[in-house]
Amino acid sequence: MTEAPFDVKTLEIDGRELSARRGQTILEVARENDINIPTLCNMEGLSNVGACRLCLVEIKGSNKLLPACVATVSEGMVVSTNTERLQKHRRNILELLFAERNHVCSVCVSNGHCELQSMAQDQGLTHVRMPYRNPHLPVDASHERFTVDHNRCILCTRCVRVCGEIEGAHVWDVMGRGIDSMVITDLHEDWGKSTCTRCGKCVQVCPTGALFDKSKIGSDHPKYPDFLPYLNLMREAR
Amino acid sequence: MSSKLKLATAWLDGCSGCHMSFLDMDERLLELAELVDVVYSPVVDTKDFPDNVDIALVEGAVASVDDEKKIRKIRAHSRMLIAMGDCAITGNVPSMRNPIGPDAILDRAYFENATIQPQIPCVVVPKLLKTVKPIHEFVKVDVFLPGCPPSADTFHTALTALITGEPLDIPALTRFGA
Repeated sequence: MTEAPFDVKTLEIDGRELSARRGQTILEVARENDINIPTLCNMEGLSNVGACRLCLVEIKGSNKLLPACVATVSEGMVVSTNTERLQKHRRNILELLFAERNHVCSVCVSNGHCELQSMAQDQGLTHVRMPYRNPHLPVDASHERFTVDHNRCILCTRCVRVCGEIEGAHVWDVMGRGIDSMVITDLHEDWGKSTCTRCGKCVQVCPTGALFDKSKIGSDHPKYPDFLPYLNLMREAR
Repeated sequence: MSSKLKLATAWLDGCSGCHMSFLDMDERLLELAELVDVVYSPVVDTKDFPDNVDIALVEGAVASVDDEKKIRKIRAHSRMLIAMGDCAITGNVPSMRNPIGPDAILDRAYFENATIQPQIPCVVVPKLLKTVKPIHEFVKVDVFLPGCPPSADTFHTALTALITGEPLDIPALTRFGA
């Protein structure tokens, strides 16, 4: 008897019978089969942290909603990715993100290239029902090439992960808890005085205008995170 | 009696860009004029907001006591209230003073940067509210039309749909910051 090369699981996503390899996440399987699950903190090439909660899905037989980016498949699982309840939660999450800090799309370097902005549009958001918090947050422009505008940060931690996992510098991290959380460089030093290697990967993976290249101020600032899976592939091949 | 709908447009704390974009409908304004009478607007001469308005388009956030009075009056006299553009919907640029407050802004403008007669204007001009807010924090809004400004095409498609009762998918037309 020959052993199967993979331990294959069969599951159902949005009414479709699908097969997956053991250990795969629901998000991976959905994407392989062109089922779109919205995400903000997930990024191909980085580890998953389940921070943004946009990818929450319903599993039949469970009251809990699971983040598809970290929940792994199991045999006979029945997953729904786009129920009314999930759509409602996703809109709530996006509204809370907008209300939490000062995202003023019209005057952002990332206007038109922002994942938060386009996600809001995709999810049918036309206004925010919660009152805006209007926090007073710093902008650190001490770095020679880049700026961090905390007003526009959604704490997805992509910068933290790319800096630690890919660049290997671990300059970025998160300080504080809950609503007071903030991304920081080194032990809360100015970015310009930190041990930053100036590689710019954090800027490219940032989904909003929180991290931007100074040379692009006031102009189109598209980001190019596609280098990541490519870079990982080349490293694995070595 | 005219059977046309009564349309009003109002301008609170915004830059007038939404009104400019509205006017950018160009020759399509003639089609629109077949369907509605513009009874109140910065571009017509009526001084007081009239009764029984069918559609009111409001640009700008609520930033002063005067804005608040106006938006309540507009709501009370309008059947359908449309929040026009990001300032009315999110506070947008006017709300960027919120983290530091109106006093800091007034000091900066009228004391720190004034060379002659530094003083905060208090006659005729309305008092600023502590925070600039979207209009839906004061009154019920029926339709949200985001954009900075919403494009002329957005205005045309949305108004045509609202007047004729056709279905309207706003997120397909526009977004925050558009």
